[in-house]
Amino acid sequence: MVAVRYQTAFQLYPYERSTDQDASEPVRHSVVVVGGGPIGMAAALDLGLKGVPVLVLDDHDGVGQGSRAICFAKRALEIADRLGFGDPAVEKGVVWNEGKVFYDDRQVFGFNLLPEEGHKRPAFINLQQPYFEKFIVDRIRQAQADGVPIDIRGCNAVTSVTPNDDHVALSVDTPEGSYQLEADWLIACDGASSPIRNMLGLDFVGRVFEDNFLIADVKMQAEFPTERWFWFDPPFNRNQSALLHKQPDNIWRIDLQLGWDIDKREEQKPDNVVPRLKAMLGDDVEFELEWVSIYTFQCRRMEKFRHGRVIFSGDSAHQVSPFGARGANSGLQDTDNLCWKLKLVLDGRAPERLLDTYDIERVHGADENILNSTRSTDFITPKSETSRLFRNAVLDLSEVSAFARPLVNSGRLSVPCVYDGSPLNGSDDTTLPKATRPGAPATDAPLTSGDWLLDRLGNTFQLLAIGADVPECLEIDGIEVENVPVEPNDTIRERYLGSAPSAIYLMRPDQHVAARWQSFNREAVAAALKIATGNA
Amino acid sequence: MSQLITEPNISGADDFYAELLSLHEGRSKEDSDALNARLILILANHIGDRETLREAFELASAAGQQEQQS
Repeated sequence: MVAVRYQTAFQLYPYERSTDQDASEPVRHSVVVVGGGPIGMAAALDLGLKGVPVLVLDDHDGVGQGSRAICFAKRALEIADRLGFGDPAVEKGVVWNEGKVFYDDRQVFGFNLLPEEGHKRPAFINLQQPYFEKFIVDRIRQAQADGVPIDIRGCNAVTSVTPNDDHVALSVDTPEGSYQLEADWLIACDGASSPIRNMLGLDFVGRVFEDNFLIADVKMQAEFPTERWFWFDPPFNRNQSALLHKQPDNIWRIDLQLGWDIDKREEQKPDNVVPRLKAMLGDDVEFELEWVSIYTFQCRRMEKFRHGRVIFSGDSAHQVSPFGARGANSGLQDTDNLCWKLKLVLDGRAPERLLDTYDIERVHGADENILNSTRSTDFITPKSETSRLFRNAVLDLSEVSAFARPLVNSGRLSVPCVYDGSPLNGSDDTTLPKATRPGAPATDAPLTSGDWLLDRLGNTFQLLAIGADVPECLEIDGIEVENVPVEPNDTIRERYLGSAPSAIYLMRPDQHVAARWQSFNREAVAAALKIATGNA
Repeated sequence: MSQLITEPNISGADDFYAELLSLHEGRSKEDSDALNARLILILANHIGDRETLREAFELASAAGQQEQQS
């Protein structure tokens, strides 16, 4: 039997018997993804679109209820665009830029994250996780109809995993009994409490924060604006924090910090939740409780994300506090980083050690997220009298003096990870702008032709040629390098040229910069491509 | 090279010291501590330079340690 761990919001892939269940010998699959959350599904879609046959095993038959992740950052939306589900996400999502910070009984300041012009996507959207997941599955269905080799099996729970030198053996439980499978590669996207990680007895170390948060989604017809409101030590939740943020469908996300010493089961009961929310929203505001959960968070990661042929992505590999929207957003950057590497290895175009750079680059990303998240947590929940003293001093000053406002930390919202120091980074011309250095994700820009730069980038290696000539088509060591000529305009100049007249950027399939020069030289590009594919 | 000024730099040292103390006069320990924290943040922002601030942190810690050892 497959245990039901949560209620589903949408049943998207009901259990169906697979021929693998009747095979006399375990059937071997190229890539098996365990976990049908946003990260697992994005991995499957990414690999499938690259022509890699991929099987998704999920112990449920659809997406879980409850909004959970709500804030999707620009980089995640760009990855969604590359995979073809950015539009529905952005159309449904709520775009926001403004926010207010409250301390005690008063507003101390308001802010506007004034978005930089010249990007297709906003800095963030708020969107309930079930929608985001559904849009990925919709896109997978569309891709399957076009012949993309993705197989999703609902109510298929992995119960054992045996790593071997050249494959991973799995036992899978279903409503009709268990069966055996083999995978050349296994991607574990099975969440923070990852059964795969536990079955393999792997570490997951870090800092547990002694705190609980009541997370509630309420439906209300309220006059609150589309802003992020954050309270430090408000009268309705003394010595704790609170957050109010808008989602689509007149749903509002409320986070109430509860402290450590609480009875979780009691606190989740509507009889206890509703009075807390009324104290916050006011007695006259009518609302319906959509979803409630109590969250204890931890900042931790696995020491390594790759263990032979088992690779961990998303929450199974790393976990952060919710402040800063770094969970789903970083998970999507994991599989963005992994899939093209796995494809090259499967095709025999890169050595297996290329996958170790997934480890290096995404551990770097996880550490950055854990650092930011820990700092936010330490500001929101001071751990000593002195730290509370400074926290309150910052808040008091922020009301009267602008200088203190950048010190207020209610979550530093996710920005894309730059893989500085990565072994895949090739030659850099440092006279070109720093923001687009090797390791950085491409910065979007409007093109003279009327479309967006990022819509032209990704999925294969590319030479972004700005005001420079490159050969129409390059093939180096069996790897195709697509030519993307771009006419310089003001934004392109500012973001990619600086004072240089022209530039050549070697772009990775995940839209990150591999190397760059002011002019084209075939040998230099070939050398950089060797480095970027782990062939150097 | 040290950026932090460690030579006497305040004219009327006794007057400055009296002003600093009078700021705290009549305040509870809690109030004074909060005021000191605000003051540190204001002055740190005025200095701005991270290296100079780090030198100040080091000097403050080192001086405290000498006191503890003696």
